[in-house]
Amino acid sequence: MYGKGLRTLSIATVATLALALSLVFFYAPLDADQGFVQKIFYLHVPLAIVALLGFIVGGVFAILHLRSGDRRWDAYSYVSIHMSVIFGVAVLLTGSIWAKASWGHWWVWDEPTLVSFLIVFLLYATYYPFRYAIEDRDRQARYASVFAVTAGAFVPLNFLAVRLAESLVHPRVFATTNGGLPGSMMLAFLASLAAVALLWVTLVKLELTAKSASGQLKRLRRALDAPAAGGASRVAPEVS
Amino acid sequence: MTPSRTAFAAILAKDLRSELRTLQSLPAMALFAVTTFVVFRFGLDRTALSGSLASGVLWATLLFAAVLGVNRLFVAEREEGGFDAIRLAPIDRTALFAAKAAALLVYLLVLELVVVPVFALFFLGSAAGLGPLIAVLVLADLGLAATGTLISSMAVHSRARDLLTPLVLLPLVVPLIIAAAGASEPLLAVGGPGYHRFGGWLAVLGLYDLVFLLVGYAVFDFLLED
Amino acid sequence: MLPLATPALPLDEAGKYVAAAYVVFMVLLVVYVAIMAAKLQRIERELRDLAAFAEARAAADQATPGREEVDAR
Repeated sequence: MYGKGLRTLSIATVATLALALSLVFFYAPLDADQGFVQKIFYLHVPLAIVALLGFIVGGVFAILHLRSGDRRWDAYSYVSIHMSVIFGVAVLLTGSIWAKASWGHWWVWDEPTLVSFLIVFLLYATYYPFRYAIEDRDRQARYASVFAVTAGAFVPLNFLAVRLAESLVHPRVFATTNGGLPGSMMLAFLASLAAVALLWVTLVKLELTAKSASGQLKRLRRALDAPAAGGASRVAPEVS
Repeated sequence: MTPSRTAFAAILAKDLRSELRTLQSLPAMALFAVTTFVVFRFGLDRTALSGSLASGVLWATLLFAAVLGVNRLFVAEREEGGFDAIRLAPIDRTALFAAKAAALLVYLLVLELVVVPVFALFFLGSAAGLGPLIAVLVLADLGLAATGTLISSMAVHSRARDLLTPLVLLPLVVPLIIAAAGASEPLLAVGGPGYHRFGGWLAVLGLYDLVFLLVGYAVFDFLLED
Repeated sequence: MLPLATPALPLDEAGKYVAAAYVVFMVLLVVYVAIMAAKLQRIERELRDLAAFAEARAAADQATPGREEVDAR
């Protein structure tokens, strides 16, 4: 039962989001260097952290799938990666807006975290064409898990390499963002992080519930010997 | 020798012999690389390269030539049922991964043996940086071999595998290119080879190689399951 | 080489960028919800069709009950 607890989770998410937004706009002080623009940081960075953790979680589910053969883990892996890619779009868009507001350019190569994230995003974007190019369902699930594991191992390596490439040439302008945050900012940041993390979990659960419902429908249809539905058989992994 | 090592040696020998006989991949890769140099000469409108530009042209070209090799890596297995043979044999299946990666490594090294001197001829003022460049090339090739073999085997059963392989491979090798180019840039500088952060970049390359060799070793079995 | 971060934007201009970022987030979220809503609609429609199908079949079974009984007698 995937839908169980979804309501509580949603309420918790909304509450934390409201709290976080209040802290960000009414409690956290104005940044001395960047002024009001710094407020984007409370949205952009938690989205990035949660997306990256989501990719790693997808890799962990993939390992569980490979070891047990239980296709449910594959569905969890797929949805985790899918949700993190969507969050990734938000990361890149908010990052770009932040760059424009701070540097005057819609993209900067000087911010290693943003660049690393772009590379990770580009990799996981290939997850879909890769998956759907394999027709055999079992094989698709297995190979997708291998992809998720490989990509998960790649994430930290990538960040290391990009960080090294930038660190000595360009001083990190946003170095203040994580180290040395005053207490009030840290509180707002942590609340935002919690809110975004809860949002991710809620949406993943929502997606899984919808998939599960579709799966039960198929099952029912089969049991009743009813004619197949109009839509083409979906390629994305099913949950039943 | 243990059965696995015999299998490894056998597969590697078969691949190298086959390539020697048919010359399917290597000449194409080398020709592609040299032609790409010409394209860069005109695309950048330069006849001499140094530093970051030289490093970039060299690594981009090597990478795309490598992709050609990667695409063809499992052709024989796919067409002649080599996968079934491995599945049935009572050996550690990762022997196939090791053998293919080793074969790809050999192809890349031979490729560079031909192509890097041509690059120096075309664009470099002096060959002084080429010696230490060998270390960078070897480490980078190891990483390319590991990742390339892994991705190639993942794509072998898919439709549009020739498109999928470079698509998935390219983002994965970005850290490798960052490190390789980072190490090569000072080596190819105008005033003579420099070693700015050379050790650091080699360490990153080594780490990359280790990670992907381990990952390949760990997951390859699952790719061969029926 | 880019200069270090340009001096902080005045509040009214900065406000627009901050708002833009949060709007992007909201839009993505709402689009996702809309897609989920469409999925839910489809599931509802299929369930309705299946229910009708099952009912029709149950009714048909009732209309022609155990023909074998009639023949055996």
